[in-house]
Amino acid sequence: MSSLTDLSATQALHLLQEGEISSLELTQAYLDRIQQLEPQIEAFITLTPELALEQAKSADRLRKNNTKEDLPALLGLPIAVKDVLALADVRCTCGSHMLENFIPPYTATSVQRLVHAGVVVLGKTNTDEFAMGSSTENSAYQTTHNPWNLDHVPGGSSGGSAAAVSAGMAPIALGSDTGGSVRQPASFCGVTGLKPTYGRVSRFGLIAYGSSLDSVGLFSHSAADLALIFEHIAGLDPRDATSMDMPVPLIDLDTNSDLSGVRIGVPKEYFITGIQAEVEQKVLAAIQQFKALGAKIVEISLPHTEYALPVYYLIATAEASANLARFDGVRFGYSAEAASLWERFKQSRGTGFGPEVKRRIMLGTYALSAGYYDAYYGQAQKVRTLIKRDFEQAFEQVDAIATPVAPTTAFKIGEHSNDPLAMYLEDIFTLPTNLAGVPGLAFPVGFDQQGLPIGMQFMGPHFKEEVLIKLVHAYQNTTDWHHLKPDI
Amino acid sequence: MQLTIQEVEHIAELAKLDLSDEEKELFREQLSSILDYAAMLQGVETGDIPPTASVLPERSVLRQDVVQEPLKPETVLQNVFAAHQKEQQFKVPLVMGNGQ
Repeated sequence: MSSLTDLSATQALHLLQEGEISSLELTQAYLDRIQQLEPQIEAFITLTPELALEQAKSADRLRKNNTKEDLPALLGLPIAVKDVLALADVRCTCGSHMLENFIPPYTATSVQRLVHAGVVVLGKTNTDEFAMGSSTENSAYQTTHNPWNLDHVPGGSSGGSAAAVSAGMAPIALGSDTGGSVRQPASFCGVTGLKPTYGRVSRFGLIAYGSSLDSVGLFSHSAADLALIFEHIAGLDPRDATSMDMPVPLIDLDTNSDLSGVRIGVPKEYFITGIQAEVEQKVLAAIQQFKALGAKIVEISLPHTEYALPVYYLIATAEASANLARFDGVRFGYSAEAASLWERFKQSRGTGFGPEVKRRIMLGTYALSAGYYDAYYGQAQKVRTLIKRDFEQAFEQVDAIATPVAPTTAFKIGEHSNDPLAMYLEDIFTLPTNLAGVPGLAFPVGFDQQGLPIGMQFMGPHFKEEVLIKLVHAYQNTTDWHHLKPDI
Repeated sequence: MQLTIQEVEHIAELAKLDLSDEEKELFREQLSSILDYAAMLQGVETGDIPPTASVLPERSVLRQDVVQEPLKPETVLQNVFAAHQKEQQFKVPLVMGNGQ
């Protein structure tokens, strides 16, 4: 064992449970690692070392004074939390100047459930402003650097969480995924990232972007670590009417990697001109590995895939324009001094929001405005139905669908800054999942010639996260990509 | 399609966003190009296809009508500038008329 921060979450938890290490030692090791690397990575907007050490000491006391059976399942395990999820009494910025000093009075259900399960919170991670972006360059505070190459972006919007896990600054991190914001940064940073089914994890306390698309997700180094955490964040929450009362399976991962009988669909619409050649090669090689493990590979079609991008950017921005109307400079957030109420609204929002947020509010307002609603928003909702039906039909034939996560590996910081449409195109393979509400899982399958990670995505039927986690676990049992870590 | 500056100003007014002249011009160009891209949806046949607002099955979500502990007034006001609150209330500029 070289260092405590090299342990997987599963290993760390085991050592905690056996009394081999204390939560205080583990937490201090992560805080030291963060202090060492944060000047280069800039993964965190707010660090919470005092809270973390207090939680760690309390976890150690609890473990000392109780028998194993009575202890919370994740007692003493450190995590990082994307700064769009509320943690009571710790500022929550959403990467925006609008919420620079916002102190939430309550905790998001997903975070609260993990705290209840005994975790230690290290800090709040960087994000594109209000989760709108694919690189963290839209954060009002900092651009996070990719641990594999500091000149490249970590992806986004949950780039801080992905980089933190990749660089060993946290074993587990929470993120949010509205159009790919967990899976694309997981792919860019070489970690494993889960976007659960819409309705699987409560959105209460997740500051809203696109309410029919937003999902709370997870980052870790492996499918096994995801399985450890997932059951604790999933499930019905009376405070989110869109959370579903579905049984949450305890995912039992055996070491048997035989995938006989599993059908994996490969949609031709995801292997298109313009995709980076190495990405296609590595994903196809990984699909061959699944075949070698016994899975049946089936060519399928998701014919409306090309429409997902315009549908997403009309629906997500329309929902965002309504959701972000709450930032009016009255109850919370930046507030301008102005002589009239209308002027206060306009100036608070004009000054508090950054360029990408304003651009999306403008686009969404246009799509919802009189005379354009039917042509843009209404038509997008109908095409969304077609995209959803594509998946329903595909899942009659196959158990999971395999695709690249993104058309390229991590691009350079600044490369797409002046071209919003080019940035939006980074999300073409992740957006359909959110439109259909199905789960998606991203995991590393190799590197390009520059040494940047390449990710593959599995998509599954509603509430079948377990199938995806088991598939990736079988792959990770027989390959080493997920064990490789950046040399920093 | 090319948006005009007047259209951009109209949308900004609806969205209650104060924009600089530079922002108006930038958004005019960028929104025009994004809307051009989105125009591909106009060609999709959606005659009798119903819209999807939510992927969840339609259902009614009810709960018991039980009184719960509300946030304390000082908690509700903890994120409001001191100058923008008064006697546990939000203080805003005049909304209507001239106060007479």
